Amino acid sequence: MKLVKTALVVAMMSLVLNGCSSKGGVQEEAGAEAGMEGGPGGPQISKYGEGTDGGAYGPGGAGYGPGAGGTGDPMLDDPSSPLSKRVIYFMYDSYEVLPEYQQVVSAHANYLASHPERNIILEGHADERGSPEYNIALGEQRAKAVAKMMQFQGANDGQVQVVSFGEEKPAVSGHDESVWQQNRRVEISYSGR
Amino acid sequence: MNRRFRSVFFLSVFLTLFSGWARSELNVEITQGVEGAMPIAVVPFGQQILPGDNIGSIIAADLARSGRFKPLPESEMLETPTSPEQVRFRTWQVLGQDHLVIGRVQPGAGSQYEAEFFLYDSIKGTLLTSARIPFNAPETRRTAHRIADVIYQQLTGEPGAFATRVAYVTVTGSGPRDRQYRLQIADTDGYNPQTIISSVEPIMSPAWSPDGKRIAYVSFENKTSAIFIQTLATGERQKVSDAPGINGAPAWSPDGSQLAMTLSKDGNPDVYVMNLASRSLRRITDHIGIDTEPNWSRDGGSIVFTSDRGGKPQLYLVSSSGGPAQRLTYEGEYNARGVFSPDGRSIAMVHGNGGDYRIAVMDLQTRTLRVLTKGRLDESPGFAPNGSMILYASKSGGVGQLAAVSIDGRVQQSLRIDSGQVREPAWSP
Repeated sequence: MKLVKTALVVAMMSLVLNGCSSKGGVQEEAGAEAGMEGGPGGPQISKYGEGTDGGAYGPGGAGYGPGAGGTGDPMLDDPSSPLSKRVIYFMYDSYEVLPEYQQVVSAHANYLASHPERNIILEGHADERGSPEYNIALGEQRAKAVAKMMQFQGANDGQVQVVSFGEEKPAVSGHDESVWQQNRRVEISYSGR
Repeated sequence: MNRRFRSVFFLSVFLTLFSGWARSELNVEITQGVEGAMPIAVVPFGQQILPGDNIGSIIAADLARSGRFKPLPESEMLETPTSPEQVRFRTWQVLGQDHLVIGRVQPGAGSQYEAEFFLYDSIKGTLLTSARIPFNAPETRRTAHRIADVIYQQLTGEPGAFATRVAYVTVTGSGPRDRQYRLQIADTDGYNPQTIISSVEPIMSPAWSPDGKRIAYVSFENKTSAIFIQTLATGERQKVSDAPGINGAPAWSPDGSQLAMTLSKDGNPDVYVMNLASRSLRRITDHIGIDTEPNWSRDGGSIVFTSDRGGKPQLYLVSSSGGPAQRLTYEGEYNARGVFSPDGRSIAMVHGNGGDYRIAVMDLQTRTLRVLTKGRLDESPGFAPNGSMILYASKSGGVGQLAAVSIDGRVQQSLRIDSGQVREPAWSP
């Protein structure tokens, strides 16, 4: 009974949320995508002040992340091609694309230039050190630095979307440099055909 | 209501269906107290008619947590008076108790109950203050915190902050694809935790409105950032910004009419101010590189923010109407997330030096910096409304938890949850 109730509520919530996000075109797309990819992973909102815990429970969203599933093009997944590399790493507190990653960036830029139907999302991340909102800004500067290089090399503005999660979504957990260097990154993920 | 922003949700009806889940209680403990804390005896209240937590015990725990008082354990009390005629000062003098608090709960007239308390100087044998507070059963703990505030103010000369709350974000789940983020609010002693919103995508940067009725926060629920304002009592929520790029770091103006924020819609992260009534935006900074983490001065005339315009993140001050910025910090290779103290005389910040990130306070007059904490990864500082303590996030032992430090660095508290991480604290007004 409880399960049925919960499922019903989740369904109602996603209806409400999708209904509400129909304001800006960008948001609408993102909302629809979230609904498709993550299932009923929308937020649960509660009011404050009744009972000791208005503890909301949201079911775990699934199927989200770079490289999840195939890209739909063997060219992108050939391990001998730089196109198979989808993560670019950065120095601490820096958003300069290092020379060793320029080949990877160029390969994806060229691919986008010759495949105008393909789009990518560049997800910027930072390590856990320092202030969370500064790290959001840092992650975005990293993703934008990669985006600009790709655009200079022929990718269309509309093909490259940028988002930053700062230190909120570490790839690896831990608290030393060996971990931090894996978290200072931009992830390239292909979407749409 | 503004018609342009119809994304207002009334979802409170769902509340009852979700209750019972996700109870994560904050455990608050003193990790370092003040030498020579004031001895005080807080006798358990006479409250036979009110079952549950004893008001006297809640008050004693509040005073102990402040680090400035050393309450006498109940087991060492030789007698337990609950009304003035039962008090014998000699008993408390023998026990070395400078001050004595007694009280009782009686049926109320306009409310369910009435708490009456008496604070004595037991050395002189004089009454310092007393009061009667009407309340209903669900407000028992809050009533105790209010009495603790009165006692604290009477004996220290500063207002107490026990009857306030903290907001924070918990993160549970095992891996990168299995995280659950919850924005919660609890009393400052960790009781009454309530979830305001939960999501599988990050929730960040909760900020209380100056009247304490609303919280602004950042949610990535649509896989990209947006700023929301949620009214606590009703659960009503408005999306105030979802521009392309960053929508981050919301900060209320002191009068609550404006919200400073970071947007990157015009190319790179800059500080903007939104008029909440008209939703119009005013650009405050315009510089290549990162400008973020705005925080208002108490008079609303200026805004401190973090910028990497000098190569490394440092704090700068700018007029809240815009214009040239003045650099504030020079000491250390990393200074970020500046917040003004309630009296406006100092700014707390994350101070990075030699690879450690700690909470520091700068006196705005002398421009001297004092480092208050000893962690490696301390962040997100915020002042208690009375300015006595700074609440911040730390990662001691590798797990995200909250901690508080007194402004003189002498008292330290830790606030942990049983499982998962807790971060991004914000102390209510």
